[in-house]
Amino acid sequence: MLQGWFIIAAAFAYLCVLFAIAYWGDKRAAEKRSIISNPYVYTLSIAVYCTSWTFYGSVGRAASSGVGFLPIYLGPTLTFILAWFVLRKIIRISKVNRITSIADFIASRYGKSSYLGGLVTIIAVIGIVPYISLQLSAVSDSFTVLTQYPVVAMAEKVSSVPIFADTAFYVSLFLGAFAILFGARHLDASEHHEGMVAAIAFESVVKLLAFLAIGLFVTYGVYDGFGDIFSRAQTTEGLAKLFTMEGAGGYGSWVSLTLLSMAAIIFLPRQFQMTVVECTNERHLKKAVWLFPLYLFLINIFVLPIAFGGLLHFPQGGVNADMFVLTLPMAEHQEMLALFAFIGGLSAATAMIIVATVSLSTMVSNDLVMPVLLRFAWLHLSRRADLTGLILTIRRTTIAVVLLMGYLYVRLIGDSYALVSIGLVSFIAAAQFAPAIIGGIFWKGASRAGAIAGLGGGFVLWAYTLLVPSFARSGRLPESFLLDGPLGIGMLKPQALFWLEGLDPTSHALFWTMVINIGLFLAFSLCSSQSVVERSQAVQFVDVFKRTATGRHTWQGRATVGEIKQLLARFIGRVRMENTFSELEKSLVQVLPDEGVASVEVVAFAERQLAGTIGAASARIMLASVVREEMHDMDEMLEILDEASQVIEYSRRLEEKSHQLQSVSDDLKAANFQLKELDKLKDEFISTVSHELRTPLTSIRSFSEILHDNPDMSEEKQNEFVGIIVKESERLTRLLDNILDISKMEAGKLEWQLKVLDPKEVIEDALAATAGLFQQGDNIRLHTDLPDNLPAVHVDSDRLTQVLVNLISNAVKFCDMDDGTVWITAKAKDGALCVSVRDNGIGISPGDHEKVFKRFQQAGTLETQKPRGTGLGLPISVEIIVQFGGEIWVDSEIGAGATFEFCIPVASDDGDGLPFIKEGSTG
Amino acid sequence: MSQSILIVDDEAYIVTSLEYLMKSGGFEVELAYDGEEALAKVAENIPDLIILDVMMPKLDGFEVCEKIRANPLWGSVRIIMLTAKDRESERKRGLDLGADDYMTKPFSTRDLLERVKKLLSVERIVG
Repeated sequence: MLQGWFIIAAAFAYLCVLFAIAYWGDKRAAEKRSIISNPYVYTLSIAVYCTSWTFYGSVGRAASSGVGFLPIYLGPTLTFILAWFVLRKIIRISKVNRITSIADFIASRYGKSSYLGGLVTIIAVIGIVPYISLQLSAVSDSFTVLTQYPVVAMAEKVSSVPIFADTAFYVSLFLGAFAILFGARHLDASEHHEGMVAAIAFESVVKLLAFLAIGLFVTYGVYDGFGDIFSRAQTTEGLAKLFTMEGAGGYGSWVSLTLLSMAAIIFLPRQFQMTVVECTNERHLKKAVWLFPLYLFLINIFVLPIAFGGLLHFPQGGVNADMFVLTLPMAEHQEMLALFAFIGGLSAATAMIIVATVSLSTMVSNDLVMPVLLRFAWLHLSRRADLTGLILTIRRTTIAVVLLMGYLYVRLIGDSYALVSIGLVSFIAAAQFAPAIIGGIFWKGASRAGAIAGLGGGFVLWAYTLLVPSFARSGRLPESFLLDGPLGIGMLKPQALFWLEGLDPTSHALFWTMVINIGLFLAFSLCSSQSVVERSQAVQFVDVFKRTATGRHTWQGRATVGEIKQLLARFIGRVRMENTFSELEKSLVQVLPDEGVASVEVVAFAERQLAGTIGAASARIMLASVVREEMHDMDEMLEILDEASQVIEYSRRLEEKSHQLQSVSDDLKAANFQLKELDKLKDEFISTVSHELRTPLTSIRSFSEILHDNPDMSEEKQNEFVGIIVKESERLTRLLDNILDISKMEAGKLEWQLKVLDPKEVIEDALAATAGLFQQGDNIRLHTDLPDNLPAVHVDSDRLTQVLVNLISNAVKFCDMDDGTVWITAKAKDGALCVSVRDNGIGISPGDHEKVFKRFQQAGTLETQKPRGTGLGLPISVEIIVQFGGEIWVDSEIGAGATFEFCIPVASDDGDGLPFIKEGSTG
Repeated sequence: MSQSILIVDDEAYIVTSLEYLMKSGGFEVELAYDGEEALAKVAENIPDLIILDVMMPKLDGFEVCEKIRANPLWGSVRIIMLTAKDRESERKRGLDLGADDYMTKPFSTRDLLERVKKLLSVERIVG
């Protein structure tokens, strides 16, 4: 015999256990030893989704539509399969932005709009009231049913009993007090309720175990397993249709319910609270992705057997299918099992109420009441140091009000709806948040105006197509309102809007609310412009993974080597970038492919390179832009950078120009230096020429004066002196000729009389001209080696003679004073005629070999060693030989004499041919 | 006893002309064809005057002048530099080194003879 007091005591004891768990959870949280921070507790806390609707209602739904109860669990399963794309992003955004509720989330996304937060809160509160009422009626019904044990009888219609005799009213008060004690006992700055989460997780275990226990009892205790129940049901008239899709309300209904519950599992305020706000670690989602569907599977596995069991057990009807979970054990006189089922149902209901009211009260205080109160300046709220008391009062009041509204809804709507249908009204209300949230996290263009329009429109339509009809159905509004439309306008019939018929009320409402919601959301978003705050929030939400995957190691892994290279190339040029990267590769001893992820070293390296060009701070920003920003941000950045790089390019060109100018300047310096050298040389040349001219002139003048002043001089002396005057005059002439020659040669004005000649003749002419040098004293000997068959050369005879005379007179001048010898040799060699003049004199050190061919540059210094020639002989010889296409050089060592040799090409056979042929043929 | 003159030049013809000129002026003449030879002649027999060329092999006229002036025993020797070097800086250098006169080539034989006589007519003041 289950007395009312016993049931109440059991329920109270159970709730005390919950308090104990919550207390323990809060204590552990305070000690930083969280008991909820694991994927299993997280999953169980999400299972707050399974309310008394699931516990009682699923069976009721299955009893009327067979597998029609399933979409409500299929949807969440699908959502969790897709959790990685949507849920994870929402969680991440909420953690980053310290989001405390779904209203906070939406308000925050759309420019921290308090107006929007308030709207969401109102929708949530009104939308959830039916859901709360569902729990209240389930608890009160189950209590009523259980108190009549072992008689299986249904509770009376709620609306027909006075409030103070109504169990539901006391249940509301009791649960209200419980929820206030539980969720609004104190204020937690972080809005995290670890104790509550722990208790909810415990409740999820209890309700699952209770349901499994009933399921096992019905399936294996009352019947002989699944096969037995199903085969019996199939053979029973009226039950067979439950195995078909028609029985489940058709495919359309399936699809809409699936979509609806996909949204509900995230956007119901209590689900958002548990899944998102109370989530302690994003990684827990990984396990929840399959654990939660598993939970749903377990809690649904016995729905059909219990439903069929109930239908088979109570074939006469009169027993609400929503209560089969309770009535079946009662009918089988399983007292404790029935109590366990009641406790399970209580678990499901209290869990929902606690979380829903806590989340709603948070929203109401944070997003609705406080923003309004803070606007009233006369309250001086912003100056009050401690608002805790006020906030707690608001929250407690909210909880009480919400529960009373739930109770009122129960009373107003009565029993005209099944549990599931009431729940679906709330589902569609929650689904109104979907466009604003999904759009908000994937589309930066979603705007505040769009969100307000969509939410507002959707909510109005929700009220019109679902809330109003529920009042009409229960007789609170004239029935004609539903059947004929307001004022008889058929187009506006709430459940067949714009003549859309043939859909079940839920699908119909879902269709129209979503069409209006999404339509307005898109239209207003596209037409309105975003404020700066909105824009920045939009970017932060949509790009949450790019921005918040922080910790250097993470973002450094996001950019490829190619991107880094591209960035560097913009600043330092492609060539330099390639060079620096190849150096980097060498130093890292690894190849860096463009598509590879840029390592820490690469990023740091690039930063250093950039810092050298644009400064450290800019380098950081630029690099961060590549590593973190989305591509279109990157594009903007690059546009800015292109401007900068144009400046850099300009400065690079300037630098190039400056380099060019530098080199021109260097060239000029060198040229100037050369000019100075030339000037110095010219100065020296003139000085030397002057000296060279003065020496013979001095002799000439002196002897002339002596001859003039001494007329009585002996004839012998006179002849000697006149001879000297003549010789010195010749020397003077020769010198002047040389100077003229070399200046003409250098100016290219010398006329060359080129003829094909026998070189031996020219050499003999030169020897004749210099014969006097060898006769002067007996101490210089001449040796010649001149073969007869020397090849002809194409030369100017006088000039070649000049070269030979120069070389021979030099050899005579510099040969050994006491025992001088000069050798003259001519021979053909490699298509050239080579003539060498050798002496046995003091020689020339190899360092001076080049010098002797320069003007007035004889070996030894001018200061100490007076030149014995004009100093122009060899330079003139070089010019002449080069003109003939040959070359001249000296081979000598100090003390070993000197050999001057020149080679000139042999005259070609075809061209100028032999001298006589040419002269003969051309005349 | 007639005064002696040392003629120093590497150009044989110039030496010849100077030798004739000085002999005809009544002086005893010694000849040298380079700087070293000139110093050797001075050491052997101190002349009253030296006609000194500058551009010569082995030891140039400036160095010869310097060495003579560095020896107090030779303080009485007059020196006339006779050179093709006609720049004012070179003239100054010669006079600074202790030359009594500086003449450029080509020169007037009468002028040279007068200067020689004039220099030899007064006692040289050693400073």
